[in-house]
Amino acid sequence: MYVYNDFDETFVRTRVAQFRGQVERRIDGSLTEDEFKPLRLMNGLYLQLHAYMLRVAVPYGTLNPAQMRQLAMIADRWDKGYGHFTTRQNIQYNWPKLGDVPDMLEALADVGMHAIQTSGNTIRNVTADHFAGAAADEIEDPRAIAELLRQWSTDHPEFQFLPRKFKIAVTGAAADRAVTRAHDIGLVVVRNDAGEVGYQVIVGGGLGRTPMVGKVLRDFVSKADLLPYVEAIVSVYNLLGRRDNKYKARIKITLHENGIETIRDLVEERFNAIRAGFGGYDQTLLAEIETSFAPPAFVTKATDGYKAARLANPAFRSWTDTNLSPHKAAGYAIVSISIKKHGATPGDATSDQMRVMADLAETYGHGELRISHEQNVILPHVHQSDLPAVYAALRKADLATANIGLASDIIACPGMDYCALATARSIPIAQQIATRFDALKIEHDVGPLKIKISGCINACGHHHVGHIGILGIDRAGVENYQITLGGDGSETTTIGERAGPGFSADDIVPAIERLVTGYLSLRADPSETFLQTYRRLGIAPFKTLLYPSEDKADAA
Amino acid sequence: MPARFTPKVVTANALLDGDAVWLTEDDRWSPLMSEAELITDEAHADLRLLQAKSRASEIAGAYLADARLGDDGPEPVHFREAFRTRGPSNYAHGKQTEVPSRT
Repeated sequence: MYVYNDFDETFVRTRVAQFRGQVERRIDGSLTEDEFKPLRLMNGLYLQLHAYMLRVAVPYGTLNPAQMRQLAMIADRWDKGYGHFTTRQNIQYNWPKLGDVPDMLEALADVGMHAIQTSGNTIRNVTADHFAGAAADEIEDPRAIAELLRQWSTDHPEFQFLPRKFKIAVTGAAADRAVTRAHDIGLVVVRNDAGEVGYQVIVGGGLGRTPMVGKVLRDFVSKADLLPYVEAIVSVYNLLGRRDNKYKARIKITLHENGIETIRDLVEERFNAIRAGFGGYDQTLLAEIETSFAPPAFVTKATDGYKAARLANPAFRSWTDTNLSPHKAAGYAIVSISIKKHGATPGDATSDQMRVMADLAETYGHGELRISHEQNVILPHVHQSDLPAVYAALRKADLATANIGLASDIIACPGMDYCALATARSIPIAQQIATRFDALKIEHDVGPLKIKISGCINACGHHHVGHIGILGIDRAGVENYQITLGGDGSETTTIGERAGPGFSADDIVPAIERLVTGYLSLRADPSETFLQTYRRLGIAPFKTLLYPSEDKADAA
Repeated sequence: MPARFTPKVVTANALLDGDAVWLTEDDRWSPLMSEAELITDEAHADLRLLQAKSRASEIAGAYLADARLGDDGPEPVHFREAFRTRGPSNYAHGKQTEVPSRT
């Protein structure tokens, strides 16, 4: 894993000291809120409905055990003993006190972490495939380039006042687990015909009020050219992007209004102008960074115990069926720890749970943890022979829910329980849906299903790319929930289609139940997933499930 | 005839802990909406908001929120403002457990 060098360390410490002074001046009245707000946002501090909220970046979703323990310590010492993992691989604290935030940032700096550029119109935390460095289907670990992008974008003088926020995601595999096509820039590691590793560059994806699937700007950019090419894109956007209308300021609108050909030409022109200026230093740096992401020393051990445990314990077998993914090293597995116990808040982990996960990573996981955009925690490198012990420890910590990728593995934004921008609550809806499916005992039969809930049009809960998406709105002073169907956040990214009129908070859970139980009778056979059935049949039969009385009225 | 003015309260977040607070008639910031000054005159509402905003070292983000008179004082009209008087629904955190109700 990457460890801060002297430059990183000094930069982050200096920033903490600056922010400490700014907080002092705000508290003593020398700074007004209007003056202070942009300063606190630069350091990830929001003011929400009930309290401040501190958003801490987890760069490309990677943590070591010491960092996870420090996140737990911060939760205990300055918050309410838990943290909320988000859809952009960050962690949010919901209850910090203003005067404590500089100490929290100092504690983060102690373990090589920060909250810089987790807000504002800047380049945000660079996210990555949460299976990076472990996935069997990966061409190359994308985290080295993500770290290079983090260093380049942090406090980049040209990009501190972009027209709007700017999000970059990278993946090293063709199977897209990083939602790259819904980012301002998505980078996909590919090989060209000569077998060289480079990047497919996708631009202009995004969700929010105008959801768009990103378009390929260039099929192949070599590793040596990537940083100047990305800088050229952001540079072109910085000048061309609209600043007159916040809702038309993202690069997806710039691309839409100017056309991809124009953008491509401008980017090429800018790229040719700045490329020489990089002088190869970025490649020297990248080579250094790559050594930090060398694979761990995988071991060879017998896996008989694992196989025997699977036969002996049905609960363990069920967990291994849903929560493991194929690893590139023989005898290893990727473990997804569900932070989605039925009825719990999606993405919330207590400080005790964080410490258990840190211990497991240290003892059985080559010292690595990941946060997924689906709000779960990953142990990327676990030998199969250690899985029974890992499972037993997770059970004790209430972390052994076997529901990864199933109906109750729901993405939900904080919604109006916390967020000042929200128009309705998300968390209680997620809790009720998960509890209902647990009671019905059908989610394993239903199979892969992604339900995603956002509490406002900004779509932090990725509802547009949920197989079933739920959007909470304020309809004449009452919470109302609209359903979209057929969305997909993978390499075949699709924006979901609006199903029809919304449902009240009381009616939304029964509506989702009708959809899912109805799908069971619509599918061609048990191997056909919800999304495949939707694609085969279209929206009509699902509308009939959602609005049965209207159907009867039409027939009458 | 001008549209009828919906009664308002001045609300904000306390500077140090971010807690939702309401401006009282005697110029305190109360954690209880029921203690807020219910303002029924538009010009007075604008004036009270200006006065609130000038108290930058005590609060942040002051605004006028719709309210109505209940049995125990001003009550929220919109569900967002109702949540601000209680706290989140997923945990017993915030005002619902931490602020003693007025007796």
